[in-house]
Amino acid sequence: MSTVKDRLPPLSQLGPFIALAVACTVFGLTTDNFFTAANFSLILQQVMVVGVIAIGQTLIVLTAGIDLSCGMLMALGSIVMTKVAQDFGLPTPLAILLGIGATTLFGLLNGLLVTRIKLPPFIVTLGTMNVAFAITQLYSSAQTVTEVPEGMTWLGNTFELAGNPVAYGVVLMVALYLATWFWLRDTASGRHVYAVGNNPEATRLIGIPTDRVLLGVYVLAGLFYGIASLLSVARTGVGDPNGGQTENLDAITAVVLGGTSLFGGRGVVLGTLAGAIVVGVLRNGLTLMGVSSVYQVLITGILVIVAVTVDQLSRKGGR
Amino acid sequence: MAAPQIVMQARGLVKRYGQVTALDGADFELRAGEILAVIGDNGAGKSSLIKALSGATIPDEGEILLDGRPVHFRNPMEARREGIECCYQDLAVAPAMTIAENLFLGRELRREGVLGNLLRMLDKKKMLEIAVERMADLKVGIRSMTQAVETLSGGQRQCVAVARAAAFARHVVILDEPTAALGVKEGNMVLELIRRVRDKGLPVILISHNMPHVFEIADRIHVARLGRRAAVLNPKKISMSDTVAVMTGAMKPEDIPADCLA
Repeated sequence: MSTVKDRLPPLSQLGPFIALAVACTVFGLTTDNFFTAANFSLILQQVMVVGVIAIGQTLIVLTAGIDLSCGMLMALGSIVMTKVAQDFGLPTPLAILLGIGATTLFGLLNGLLVTRIKLPPFIVTLGTMNVAFAITQLYSSAQTVTEVPEGMTWLGNTFELAGNPVAYGVVLMVALYLATWFWLRDTASGRHVYAVGNNPEATRLIGIPTDRVLLGVYVLAGLFYGIASLLSVARTGVGDPNGGQTENLDAITAVVLGGTSLFGGRGVVLGTLAGAIVVGVLRNGLTLMGVSSVYQVLITGILVIVAVTVDQLSRKGGR
Repeated sequence: MAAPQIVMQARGLVKRYGQVTALDGADFELRAGEILAVIGDNGAGKSSLIKALSGATIPDEGEILLDGRPVHFRNPMEARREGIECCYQDLAVAPAMTIAENLFLGRELRREGVLGNLLRMLDKKKMLEIAVERMADLKVGIRSMTQAVETLSGGQRQCVAVARAAAFARHVVILDEPTAALGVKEGNMVLELIRRVRDKGLPVILISHNMPHVFEIADRIHVARLGRRAAVLNPKKISMSDTVAVMTGAMKPEDIPADCLA
């Protein structure tokens, strides 16, 4: 028999929704244009790239890892897909596949280094972050790719929903969140991701191939970064070799704000969506208030630390 | 008296880790319906023996027989498929997951029909029902199977770990230090549970450092020493101090009175 208390999520999972409510209230009261449908539509479009990166990041954090390469891989993917389309005139679907393939391969590389050589994810992804950044710069000659085929930006287009513009990319993002949520919550392989993050040794002894679970998570994360590459190209209309730098930290911020524990094994991917929206709302609201971007960085930084502190304290208290 | 039925047997197991020889020709025998305690000093080869029997490591030499039939486990999953369930010290459960999820970890049930086959959706309701039923069967008095394991006391947590093994074993239950780090009352709670498992007809291999616990519930005691089996003792005949003497090498196996052997 389950009681009401069992069903209530812990504070760390409610955190992002509380933060979201607080931020919305403050911005709603202090700015004129915050509570407009057009503005929310804009926020969601701004969030979609970070949002999809953060799905991959959530998976890795659930296994008690961290991926510092996520933003750089996204930039690499967007350069690869736009560049091969521009230089070789490859058909758009093929170019997109190559871009997503590049990030997925990097995910595989991260995963192999973590599972086969047992390197700490922090160090592995710190390395691949720099490798990916360098490859991106070299391959693009540090030039923005501006000739982007129309098919690549389609996801940035909007359609009307109850009179409000909604980007197709936002729909894709929400669909990916729901699919990942279902997978993690309702399938055996999804539960094994939690088990690996919770107690890797017990999970291995139970007979679950923990290395395969981990490897799968890193590959899947690479795939999500690739999809984020496409969304980034769709949103900006270019392949940007210097992209992904704010997204790198913002994605981690979204995951942590979303209540996923950096110690692994706890968290809900929908919380990450809320976390990503909090980050987007903050950036948007502060911009509307006319706060300079340096302060936005400052506030995001403080927010991460607060979120991690809540995680740490609730973990101690919960034991 | 008829010869006791032997469920699991190992002969001449050898396991080396680099320079270290953890098992040096170890023998092993588990009889039907008994609690067999496995004791030994640190480094005597207890853990390696248990890991070999449960598929967690592959022995370099020797053979393992299950119901007289040779088996070669390459991983814990294969041992589980043969009905051997193992509960490892401190490592048995995923704390943030619910009791029901822990019981079914690695043997999840899928829904029937499209939801299960195509979407691979879990049948949480059925797993919960079975969890409630199996735990009631073992008389583990835990109210809710949907609470996270970390909300339980140490003793309850250990009961979940033991029940995890016992609820699904068809052949052998292996318990590694199930009463370590528990208070007296909680330790007794786990011992009671182990007795119930045996009384259900499942033979139990119990690895323990706790001599009073071993003497309280074991039917026979396997003493591991220097990577081999030094002796199998009868706890009803031999004293605790002599047992420790055999374990540490102070008493030679050939000096043990014949009626103390089992």
